[in-house]
Amino acid sequence: MMSQPTNPHVPHAGTELYDVSRDELVADSAPPGEPTPAPKTGVLKRLVHRFSVLGLIGLLLVAFWLLIAFVGPLIAPYKGGALTSTEIFGSYGAAHPLGTDYLGRDMLSRILYGARYTVGLALAAALLASLIGTFFGLLAAVSGRWVDEILSRLFDAIISIPSKVLALVVIAAFGSSITMLTTVAAAAYIPGAFRISRSLAMNVMSLEYVQVARARGEGIFYIARVEVLPNMIHPMLADFGLRFVFIVLLLSGLSFLGLGVQPPNADWGSLVRENIGGLSEGAPAVLMPAVAIATLTIGMNLLIDNLRRRGRSHGGA
Amino acid sequence: MAERDMIEVKGLRVVAGAAPAAVTEIVKGVDFSVRKGEVLALIGESGSGKTTIALSLLGYARAGCAISGGSVRIGDVDVLSLDAKGRRALRARTVAYVAQSASAGFNPARTIMDQVTEPALLHQLMTKDAARAKAIGLFRSLALPAPETLGERYPHQVSGGQLQRLMAAMALITDPAVVVFDEPTTALDVTTQIEVLAAFKKVIRELGTTAVYVSHDLAVVAQMADRIVVLNGGAVKENGAVAQVLDAPVDAYTRQLLAATRRPEAALETPPQSGKHVPPLLEIRGLAAGYGRLDRFGAPAVRVLDDVSLSIARGSTLGVIGESGSGKTTLARVVAGLVDRARGEVLFNGEALPAQLSRRTPEQYRQIQIVFQNADTALNPSHSIADILARPLAFYHHLRGSAAKKRMLALLDLVKLPASIATRTPAGLSGGQKQRVNLARALAADPALILCDEVTSALDTVVGAAILDLLAELRRELGVSYMFISHDISTVRAICDEVIVLYAGHRVEAGQRDVLAAPPYHPYTGLLVDSVPALKPGWLDARREINAAALPPLGESAGIPELCAFRARCPVRIDGMCNMTPPSLKKLPSGAEILCHHSTSELNRLQTQEAIPA
Repeated sequence: MMSQPTNPHVPHAGTELYDVSRDELVADSAPPGEPTPAPKTGVLKRLVHRFSVLGLIGLLLVAFWLLIAFVGPLIAPYKGGALTSTEIFGSYGAAHPLGTDYLGRDMLSRILYGARYTVGLALAAALLASLIGTFFGLLAAVSGRWVDEILSRLFDAIISIPSKVLALVVIAAFGSSITMLTTVAAAAYIPGAFRISRSLAMNVMSLEYVQVARARGEGIFYIARVEVLPNMIHPMLADFGLRFVFIVLLLSGLSFLGLGVQPPNADWGSLVRENIGGLSEGAPAVLMPAVAIATLTIGMNLLIDNLRRRGRSHGGA
Repeated sequence: MAERDMIEVKGLRVVAGAAPAAVTEIVKGVDFSVRKGEVLALIGESGSGKTTIALSLLGYARAGCAISGGSVRIGDVDVLSLDAKGRRALRARTVAYVAQSASAGFNPARTIMDQVTEPALLHQLMTKDAARAKAIGLFRSLALPAPETLGERYPHQVSGGQLQRLMAAMALITDPAVVVFDEPTTALDVTTQIEVLAAFKKVIRELGTTAVYVSHDLAVVAQMADRIVVLNGGAVKENGAVAQVLDAPVDAYTRQLLAATRRPEAALETPPQSGKHVPPLLEIRGLAAGYGRLDRFGAPAVRVLDDVSLSIARGSTLGVIGESGSGKTTLARVVAGLVDRARGEVLFNGEALPAQLSRRTPEQYRQIQIVFQNADTALNPSHSIADILARPLAFYHHLRGSAAKKRMLALLDLVKLPASIATRTPAGLSGGQKQRVNLARALAADPALILCDEVTSALDTVVGAAILDLLAELRRELGVSYMFISHDISTVRAICDEVIVLYAGHRVEAGQRDVLAAPPYHPYTGLLVDSVPALKPGWLDARREINAAALPPLGESAGIPELCAFRARCPVRIDGMCNMTPPSLKKLPSGAEILCHHSTSELNRLQTQEAIPA
């Protein structure tokens, strides 16, 4: 490997050192010398272009639920907690497209309202976990041995506590609130994000362009931000997606146990639990929130798989 | 043609890409033939299609490629018309392949014997015992040490050169009619390369195998082959006997290749000496460095450099030569501040240079720049070329906006790259272009000293020669100094004013460039110089006779770390001297300093005598 490294993406010019004909990479960008605005314009288009059909489906599903999380209450036919029907576990119909729940509330509205809790909470927790984890991972990789050692052992200690048990204990002790749920979910997944980002950053740190930057006299924050971070962002995004899914499941699980979002509000996990009595009748009230959870997680997974594949084909770091 | 050729390739075409998408023809109608027992060399630079052609002899096209036309006949078999089963049988008995990277070709978890005998056992060609016996015979033919017990070892327990020979043993175990060697010595040091080449040549001759030898190195090919096929851009440029291709090339491209190999030595330009008492730009005294924890005496656990001294005058170039593992790269890293030094002092511009990066001044950062060997990993793949070049400009010179852009374009022009390249990322550049960007980044700092770590090693001969020319030109125009690290004596000779030779972290010789031209030199320098393949047939055979001579016996060594490190391999070692007392620094008439017990006249006698048969 020390001689003539082979990279299938690299065209070998041989003697044609001044070959400018292979310009496909510059084709869609601005004229030379204006590098900054260039990547932004085509980014969405290129993203869509690069995705496979499955990845696109995933992207659409995730985008759909994200949208619902924002506009759900606006388009919901009824107020989230309003009792609108005398029929409990009602079936699909014109007035209640997804039937009614165990109290006769409109299921569609419940799910639309619930999306805010499930998606929003999970998103906030996943973002928090990934950001904090990545920050400390980077810090551990770029600073000296002692910082790395202390941070790593600290997070190892946190890893050793089973996250679900911790969540149960904390919520049982302090009661359930939105902030508490977010914090608990984030805390459970920070060590994992730290581990992954640290090892990714370590790999990048050993590369020669980082050595060049160090020899140039750059500070550690410049190296972390400019040289290392962009080259680990793809795997970290994939990791973020994964964590998001885990957190959705964790929160749904907590809600199912009655420790999550408290009535009359409900996230999708609570909806399943509330309406579990309708399972024997095959009521949509229990099926639909489960379908919502499934579509969100499957969609996110499809999206991640696609991101992963792209990351790998680019040779990672 | 009385007898039928062993291999006949006619109108071979290979395309890359599937039919509906864009298809690129990478081999464009190649014809050649090889007689039985003959060695044919396919020569060309990367991208010339030489490996693709070699693989097509096995009826194989790499993923994404397809053989689209022509015929390949080996013996009586039309290779391309075979089905999957037929090809499997072909590869079992008729054609074998020796790949470039032996370390990647062996499974680290299995013993060598298991892997060498695997082809024979897999295709049920012989019993296990017969295969083992045959393998041991092959080990002996390939001049491997301890052939009886070598098979019990694991791949990481043998050296790179030995592994490459084991790879050949693996290929030869089934007695194939044809062996394809794909750049088998490219990744090896010259001194190792010569051993491997000699072993290959011997075994090919003994077994009467027909061989196809793929390489980009004309000098190597001159030793191995009977005929040469020169390839460029997937087409045959020239096809002829070795002597004809080397002495009377017909094609222009062949001449270009030859010219790049036989580099004329640049006239030695002594840098202008302004005054007598100008301190050298860089001076290193008694440097020791290494990796791992420091012990009580301040020596690192793994010593890489030991008592190395050198100096580089302003505007001149110092070449650092040595095999892999000799500490060349560590030397550059110590100067750049990336590796701590254990002992010794480094003076830059007459002032002490702090060992730690964090204690250096911005001015010291700016004046010392490092250029790494591997342009692929030395450029951040997520930045555009413009960003890569803009950073040092902003960092050192506070240039921003249009001034920075102007300077960046000037830099690109300086390294002879088109301005349009600025918006691309490194992935869109060729190897040579990347190395130029790498250089441009170093130049952006406006440095006084550039540390060049094997900058041409990963490049093709012609591209590498262009980079060397560029370096020489930049030096003339900008007056920068280089520390030029290389394992390749001819490149060092082409560009350097002064040379130091490192062996196992010791500076065994230091002097003007001319010290490499003729004896006397340090025995290790002698070995290096003599191991560079000469561009004439028969050189290897002459060398081999010399190498075959056993080393003089050497008794138990005294436990002194300062003993000559080269004594284990030295052809002129003296028992009772080299293993007992550390060598002292000697000055040769040429002005070179060497670490050796032999006197000048003695070395001269030994080395000229040795050189006569060659």
